[in-house]
Amino acid sequence: MASTRSIGVDVAGVALATPVLIASGCAGTGKELQGLVDLRRVGGVVSRTITVEPREGSAPPRIVESAAGVVWDTGLQNPGIDAFVATELPALAAASPVLVSIAGGTLEEYVRVTGVLQGRAGVAAIEVHLSAPDRELERPVIGAHADRVTEVVGAVARMSLVPVFAKLPGGVDVVPLAVAAARAGASALTLCASPPALAIDASAQRPALGASGGWLSGPALKPMTLRAVAEVHRALPRMPIVASGGIRTAGDAVEAMLAGASAVQVGTATLVDPAAPVTIAKGIVAELQRRAVASPADLRGVVEIGTPASVQEEQRA
Amino acid sequence: MKRVRAEILSTRRLGAYQSLTLVAPEIAERAKPGQFVAVAMPDDRDFLLRRHLTIHQSSRRGGWAGTLEFVVDPAAGPGTAWLSDLRAHGFLDVIGPLGTPFSYPKRLTSCLLIGEGRSVAGLYFLAQELGARGKRVDMVIGGSTLDAVFKPIEAKRLSQLVTVVTDDGTLGEAGTVIDAVEPALDRAPIEVVYAAGKVPLLSAVAAICRARKLPAQVAVEERMGCGYGLCGTCAVPVASKDGTTWGHVRACVDGPVFNPARVVWDRWRATGATEAISKDAP
Repeated sequence: MASTRSIGVDVAGVALATPVLIASGCAGTGKELQGLVDLRRVGGVVSRTITVEPREGSAPPRIVESAAGVVWDTGLQNPGIDAFVATELPALAAASPVLVSIAGGTLEEYVRVTGVLQGRAGVAAIEVHLSAPDRELERPVIGAHADRVTEVVGAVARMSLVPVFAKLPGGVDVVPLAVAAARAGASALTLCASPPALAIDASAQRPALGASGGWLSGPALKPMTLRAVAEVHRALPRMPIVASGGIRTAGDAVEAMLAGASAVQVGTATLVDPAAPVTIAKGIVAELQRRAVASPADLRGVVEIGTPASVQEEQRA
Repeated sequence: MKRVRAEILSTRRLGAYQSLTLVAPEIAERAKPGQFVAVAMPDDRDFLLRRHLTIHQSSRRGGWAGTLEFVVDPAAGPGTAWLSDLRAHGFLDVIGPLGTPFSYPKRLTSCLLIGEGRSVAGLYFLAQELGARGKRVDMVIGGSTLDAVFKPIEAKRLSQLVTVVTDDGTLGEAGTVIDAVEPALDRAPIEVVYAAGKVPLLSAVAAICRARKLPAQVAVEERMGCGYGLCGTCAVPVASKDGTTWGHVRACVDGPVFNPARVVWDRWRATGATEAISKDAP
């Protein structure tokens, strides 16, 4: 019977009832999904990204559609870490394991947020958001540089008592960043954050979003996600990977696992269909049965990609 | 809030707009004026977000009990164009009722309802409920042209005094809804103002009501991702109760009905949102 087959997975020591999590910024504050989906049947929930101080976020509009996707920017609106642990964290943690997404503009801000989360009940893991601007080094994306990935992930990993997932930026060469995160002590990698994007309002002749630029999410991203997962899995075969970006169906999730993922996150699809994380998990069960394999781990990395031509040349030389 | 698979009972053309009536008793029973539904788009298209549509009519009693009606502008974008082509007996994945409704005045009795274009649709439901509570209803409605004025005859039926305006003068007076608000307030002893629409209209109504010290409620339209509070993209800048600070709240769960005196209009760029509450560029 389909319902009795367990698809529970262990990702870097975090036990999940299913390999399907709700991605950061798509689970509200813990109350909104009640009545729309049984959260106990969701593998896990990644919180919205939390910073030291409260942030009001970017000006509206914050979302527009593009072909098979959305361009969005919330400017990391959040109540700050102290208010988050007092209210949202208990509400989110009531039903499913919570990965708390954290961000900062400086190394110290990451350290302070991690300090507040240290040893706190209801935190299954920390997911380090690395796509915000770096105020110290005045770079547009803090995690686009291996030196800063090493520093930030290293500092958070040394302090945290729970596993640390590094969510690497999208739209960049991700393998060197993955290697840096792994060496710095990340327990798992989330691949990838939304890549930067721009939507234009042609009639008004201005950017369509209040924040000007934004980020691309939705089904349009899936091929980019698969490529990133496959390349990182080839470089770091033992590192657990959570695929994020464009996963909408069980078929998408299976493809991500075949590329090397241990679990997937579902973001935009949850906004459209709040039951998507449960529907996808059910579909994975059916797919395991069809393939006569015991667990999602048996799919992992079955599809290998070849060695890049440049590396082959080096090897010949 | 319920998620249902609702059958389309009927569809009809209303000027520039298309109306869809669904059989959705679980939602219709609970729906109040100002609330909306989130309607799923088909899987195989490249537009994917749900469309957020103000409830135009919800029947709890009588022969139409359990039905729910909303209105779309077919020209607004691909999602509403798709909805406009649907016929009776198809099915839609609908979540609702969503958002905070308008509240009814307890003591005050004379109400002015203001809206333009498709935004007027939600005000008829409100006018009906106010009328059932013995309130006097006046209306100011408008649109770019005759076709774009939503159900002007219905407006006459539901209210004492109606002002209809069009940009080109093809129906009622030539002019804008904003211009018609002050004369409507001078003509009758209005005690409460309700409005629905986009930022330019609502911020103008807010300024007039502040100057005249009239209590008001406005239903805002802002681009939404989900419609039920998950994504935080439908941000509305709102002042704190003591007015010393402000913050972004969500139009979908903290609104769409707000006290206009609390909205920080200067921080809110006019979006020109037109499809539903809304997706596509104008």
